[in-house]
Amino acid sequence: MSAKEFYLNRFEIRLSGLGGQGILTLGKIMGQALALEHGFYVTQTQSYGPEARGGASRSDLVISSSPISYPKPENLDVLVALSQEACNLYFRNLKADGLLVVDTFMVEQLPTNNYVGIPFTQLAKEKLKVVQATNVLTLGALCYLLPFLNKNAAAKTLKEVFPAKIIDKNIKALNLGYSKAKQLYPDIPKKWSFS
Amino acid sequence: MVETTKLIHEYLRHSKKFPHVYCPGCGHGIVLGSIIRSVHHLGLSKDEVVLIAGIGCSGRMAVYVDFNTIHTTHGRALTFATGVKLANPKLKVIVVMGDGDALSIGGNHFIHAARRNIGVTALVLNNNIYGMTGGQSSSTTPENSYSTTTPYGHLERDFDVVNLALGCGANFVSRTTALHAQLMDKLLTKAIENPGFNVVEVLTPCFTQYGRKNKFKNVVEMYSWYRKNTIKVEKYKELPEEKRAGKIPIGVFSDKQEPGFEEKYGQLREKLRSKK
Amino acid sequence: MARKPKRKELFALGNEAVVEGALLAGCSFFAGYPITPSTEIAEGMAAKLPQLEEGVFVQMEDEIASLGAVIGASLAGRKAMTATSGPGFSLMQEHIGYACMAEVPLVIVNVMRGGPSTGLPTNPAQGDVQQARWGTHGDHPIIVLSASDVQECLHMTIAAFNFAEKYRTPVILLLDEVTAHTREKIVLPRPEELTIINRTIPTMPPEWYVPYEETMRGVPPMPPLGSGYRYHVTGLTHDEHGYPTSKANEISALMHRLFRKIDQFFYDIQLVEEVETEDAEVVVVAYGCVARSAKLAITQARESGCKAGLLVLKTLFPFPRTYVEKLARQCKKVIVPEMNMGQISREVKRVNNGLSRVVTINRVDGQIITPGEILKKIYKD
Repeated sequence: MSAKEFYLNRFEIRLSGLGGQGILTLGKIMGQALALEHGFYVTQTQSYGPEARGGASRSDLVISSSPISYPKPENLDVLVALSQEACNLYFRNLKADGLLVVDTFMVEQLPTNNYVGIPFTQLAKEKLKVVQATNVLTLGALCYLLPFLNKNAAAKTLKEVFPAKIIDKNIKALNLGYSKAKQLYPDIPKKWSFS
Repeated sequence: MVETTKLIHEYLRHSKKFPHVYCPGCGHGIVLGSIIRSVHHLGLSKDEVVLIAGIGCSGRMAVYVDFNTIHTTHGRALTFATGVKLANPKLKVIVVMGDGDALSIGGNHFIHAARRNIGVTALVLNNNIYGMTGGQSSSTTPENSYSTTTPYGHLERDFDVVNLALGCGANFVSRTTALHAQLMDKLLTKAIENPGFNVVEVLTPCFTQYGRKNKFKNVVEMYSWYRKNTIKVEKYKELPEEKRAGKIPIGVFSDKQEPGFEEKYGQLREKLRSKK
Repeated sequence: MARKPKRKELFALGNEAVVEGALLAGCSFFAGYPITPSTEIAEGMAAKLPQLEEGVFVQMEDEIASLGAVIGASLAGRKAMTATSGPGFSLMQEHIGYACMAEVPLVIVNVMRGGPSTGLPTNPAQGDVQQARWGTHGDHPIIVLSASDVQECLHMTIAAFNFAEKYRTPVILLLDEVTAHTREKIVLPRPEELTIINRTIPTMPPEWYVPYEETMRGVPPMPPLGSGYRYHVTGLTHDEHGYPTSKANEISALMHRLFRKIDQFFYDIQLVEEVETEDAEVVVVAYGCVARSAKLAITQARESGCKAGLLVLKTLFPFPRTYVEKLARQCKKVIVPEMNMGQISREVKRVNNGLSRVVTINRVDGQIITPGEILKKIYKD
């Protein structure tokens, strides 16, 4: 699967949550996989400074088959919220028919009934025994949910970015996220329509 | 004497329009002579010496002498020197600063150059005053003395260059006066050779701007004052505490041979490259 | 499945692209002081330079010292640079003047953040444009460049080094927080694809060398310290030997040569990008991250049949007046969006001189100007 097979015109994703959840790393890896492995045009921007530590953390991706002018998202196609605060704050930036992906372990009050909910943090804690794997679990789920992001490409990028000793754990997290999403939402990838 | 003059002429820039800017009796010329004698004594070529000066009377020194010379901005001579030495560690870098240069506006650069132990020789020509701008107080102007900006007497305390340099960890720390020319030659020769950051403070009289305002009848009286009030550091240390007041120790206060920053950086590069 | 990259590709920040560009340009010396949002440049240099045969990274005690060390290294023959942001850029003004006067090639990257003073450390702005031009005291020419995306950060860093070396002048590369902190794919050019300019070194016997000699090009050759060409470097106004002077004819000769060496190569230094300007009735003049907003705005305007075009300024100074004048003659309206109260629009208005209508969009709230804001002005009457 490459950029040639999928025509994306400014597909906008926001990854959001709390500082420490690995949102910025998630954005970087996902952006790198889409840009270098799939060959899409990608711009990735993120929150910086004090707001990136402890408070709300945010990483935005704009993905396109043609060069991207404006680098920041305007209307989100996908919002990933790993905290209640992030969900509350950014839901209004989501398109009417956009996809909301939440960590149901962290987000209890949902602004809509139309969402994808997976308990990423809980899975990381209970199945993998490392809460730090939450972000890669989320990446695994996104590889399933987004038809233009391939799991192998994500795995390759993980191997390039992370030190060798933590690769196996992360690949495991990636696979778990993927299979959990597939198990809970078997129909989602078919629903996307790309012009 | 004739020999000395001949030697100095070998190192002066004859294309430069003399006379120089220094007042009669100024000690700066003696320091320049000492730099030349030290470089000559060490057998260095003119090409490998870089003389970097700040701003003020001492800053003008660079232009007269036939080395690679840089007349920098006020107080920043050591920053230029850091760049030069790191870029080409083979060069012998001599930095000439005044007291205003090294300790007031450039105080931060001075303490960090010493802490970093960059391989340069820092000469502080301390005349206790801003000479070129017309006699304003500096950070080495003694308490209670007069200047154009302290017409009612100076209320602040002055810096002790030697103690400051020692506190910042300079390799070689020394003090002399313009009167003690032979000691100056010895200290400078040693400082230029020594690795790391080397400080030579030279007390040099400014009769025009300091002496006249502070009850010195003429410049000879200022040199006499240096003779009377300075004491070899070895003897100073033997003096009982109560007799030390008012005495200025001269000589060598620290003599370490720790490798300079540029040397350590070179080792780091080699280590990284051997790993590849 | 996955494509095989031919040239090395990176998913990098604008700041990281500056590092790659500098190394490709032959930079082997960096002195700096940490400041948001430029820090990734120093961090990248700290990791990479000691791996080079003669590379040096040094963290100095402040920005004044940083530029002092860069000047020293450049005089010793290195291609040298520093990177900073607003408050640090203010501190560097003293030595920018020195580098202009002593004709020391070097590159300063200023990642603009909100100001004045400490301002907004993590928010973008474009408030240092006129400071880059006129920040140091005294009359002086200078080259100021900008970049609007990550790949351009790499190429403009190389251009900055090339101009610095070619004209013996400090070159300022103005980035903004958005450009510096956006990650995109960059393609590293192969060394053989690049034009790299190195300063001219004197070849005459040392005794014939006149360090600041008047020549046709106006750019005297520059020997590295210690190479046998002993000369005097000073920030004082000097004669052609480098010795301080106060003679009117010598002062005038120096000042005019300093200006002439940049002015007579005006067209060589003009880097702009024109987008759909041939038939444009409305032209947006933009630079930095705002140029990207403008690009989307004119695409949208064209889709609805409005003849909009865009002039992206990559060279800010010497101001690309010929391009602006040509477009001002042709169009009904020039729109200048920028994240300050009107620093480039001042230049545009000066050049426009009544030819067209100049409309400004000014934003100083730490947020990037959006395509929508520009589009609104394109459509308005």
